[in-house]
Amino acid sequence: MQKFKLGASAAAIAMVASAAMAEVEITWWHAMGGALGDTVNQIAEDFNASQDDYKITPVFKGTYEETLTAGIAAFRAGEQPNILQVFDAGAATVIGAKGATVPVQDLLQDNGVEFNIEDYISGVRYFYADSDGKMIGMPFNSSSPIMYYNVDALEKAGVTPPKTWEEFQTVTAPALKEAGYIGLSQSHLPWIFTENFHSRHDLPFATNDNGYEGAEGTKILVNNDAMKAHFTAVKDWKDKGFFEWYGTGWSDNQTPFEEGKVAIWLGSSGSFGGLSKKDLPFEFSATFLPYWESVTKEPKQTFIGGAALFAMAGKSDEENKATAAFFEFLTKPETQYMWHRETGYVPITTAAYEMAKADGHYDRAPAAEVGIKQLSLPAGKHTKGYRMGFYVQIRDVMNREYGRILTGETSVEDAFNNIETEANALLERFAKTQN
Amino acid sequence: MKRAGFTARWLPILLLMPQLVIIAVFFYWPAAHAVQSSFFLQDPFGFGSTFVGLDNYKDLAGNGEYLSIAWFTVIFTVLVTFLSLSIALLLAVKADNVLRGAKTYRTLLMWVYAVAPPVAGFIGLIMFHQSWGPLTELARSIGWDFKLGVNFNDTATAMVIVSVWKQVPVNFIFFLSGLQSIPKSVREAALIDNRSASGRFWDVTFPLLAPTGFFLLITNITYSLFDTFGVIDTMVKGEPGNNPMTLVYKVYVDGFRGNDLGGSSAQSVVLMVLVLALTVFQFRLVERRIHYT
Repeated sequence: MQKFKLGASAAAIAMVASAAMAEVEITWWHAMGGALGDTVNQIAEDFNASQDDYKITPVFKGTYEETLTAGIAAFRAGEQPNILQVFDAGAATVIGAKGATVPVQDLLQDNGVEFNIEDYISGVRYFYADSDGKMIGMPFNSSSPIMYYNVDALEKAGVTPPKTWEEFQTVTAPALKEAGYIGLSQSHLPWIFTENFHSRHDLPFATNDNGYEGAEGTKILVNNDAMKAHFTAVKDWKDKGFFEWYGTGWSDNQTPFEEGKVAIWLGSSGSFGGLSKKDLPFEFSATFLPYWESVTKEPKQTFIGGAALFAMAGKSDEENKATAAFFEFLTKPETQYMWHRETGYVPITTAAYEMAKADGHYDRAPAAEVGIKQLSLPAGKHTKGYRMGFYVQIRDVMNREYGRILTGETSVEDAFNNIETEANALLERFAKTQN
Repeated sequence: MKRAGFTARWLPILLLMPQLVIIAVFFYWPAAHAVQSSFFLQDPFGFGSTFVGLDNYKDLAGNGEYLSIAWFTVIFTVLVTFLSLSIALLLAVKADNVLRGAKTYRTLLMWVYAVAPPVAGFIGLIMFHQSWGPLTELARSIGWDFKLGVNFNDTATAMVIVSVWKQVPVNFIFFLSGLQSIPKSVREAALIDNRSASGRFWDVTFPLLAPTGFFLLITNITYSLFDTFGVIDTMVKGEPGNNPMTLVYKVYVDGFRGNDLGGSSAQSVVLMVLVLALTVFQFRLVERRIHYT
């Protein structure tokens, strides 16, 4: 009897295996580690279980930079995955290389999947699009920098979360210092205090429509009075004990907030899931990124950060069909809501956002809505995104110069002159690669 | 005297082939490729590439940041090489005199050799952790507000300490075996001539250790220039920012993080030339003064 059972199950396994042979298999290289990686695997499993024709295998490739480099090397060797996750700073590289990817809009339409760019929330719609507004990469983990705060600390100091930087430096920070807290820390100077500083204040970040019109002749516009005034203020806050900087690493700046030393932390809306799961010893909440009232009276939406999924070129029609099917699954409100709920990344479609609202997600966790609300603020002339080549290196230059400002090794004026010169040299070099 | 020789011409060539093929495929071919890419600016995905002549090199020479990284690399290499050699020599001389428990003592000193550079870097991160690192606290107790990853000099100090700590055991093993191969008769003769221990060391032991020392000097310079990569990468957490880095790490940052293949290749070529010059210099000038038995 036992033997018969074994034989039967072996036969069953063999049948499953042969059924699996007929499935079209596709691979997905991503940079989501830890708890995020678990959620990615969950999405892949759900997709595989939802139908019998396709099977997707997610592979974790390290950091964003490592994933992009691995994808590029694989593409050059003809071994590219079907789907590659590319982060915001790598967008110009991958979108500039026409022929490396199949625009997601074409992929979906060619495979009979309905596509309407208006279904996507306004903040994510055009970041990974070309200059004609055609969507090239499918926004996946979309986030924006928001302001987290320690509710207990602010109550103790008798202040409310600051709306403007003026309020922060005159009211909030001194009161917090009095109450024994360091007012502020942040986790990504180029992303939060540079890129999104420009979108929040609707300042042009680069010529050629923030670089969307092509690499040729694009120049960075970071060396402006508003930016210089901001960094002068930040250095001043640091000297006064209102602000602290713990190095270039992300978590080095997040940890003091979690430990309750720092009262306000600027991080990613995608950090929400992690913070909630950490069981912090205080109550925390979040709100919009502050702005300088002296620069603008009408603050605008911020850029999306995070990454998008690109369908790599050079794959068979069958596999592309599988990729399209997966993207269709991924953009379903149910999938998006699950991803949003588990991680804190914003839902990319209006339908998913409505579903989260209807489910009462934001009644339970109001802070979870801040990212998407901020991305849905009024758009300005310069808020759809930016497109600059060799941008990873440009960010490295910014990190270096900002670090030097904050450790007193250089002046704000010199630092911004350096950033401008080096970034423009890199942009010019990138333009030469695009022939 | 009869000379052994090959009767067929092809046989020695055939026997050398595996080695030659390995060298050609793994060393010359990539090196040639790097030289070629250094004259182009290339789209990362390999679609477009523009011949730019010597522009990549000119950009390097005109880049103040690159020159200061080169300068840091020189200081770092000198410090790491000097400290790892001198500390290891001191330990070896002392260990050579230990009679009781000598084996345990030596084994303990060699242990760190087994630690991989990234692991060494990680241990460094823990020891110098900003809020609770034991070495950070030690520095604070003497009034040095040590900040790893924030202050350039503090990070550089930590990198040097970790790199030296990782390299001392290797040097120790070599120095110890070098010391033990000095004939007893020579030492005893010296003991009669000179009663001062330090005098004997500088006049007799040190010159006899020179071949070992020369070999270690080359390996230590190579170590400081190239093998400290793992230590640096771990200690800056992959994000150099305003932290110090060496030329090799810069090649990685621009090539593998930034996907600037042309610029990164030019930097590799500069390094190749540097190593070549260093090797020629060492063998021409230093080797002449050293006598192997």
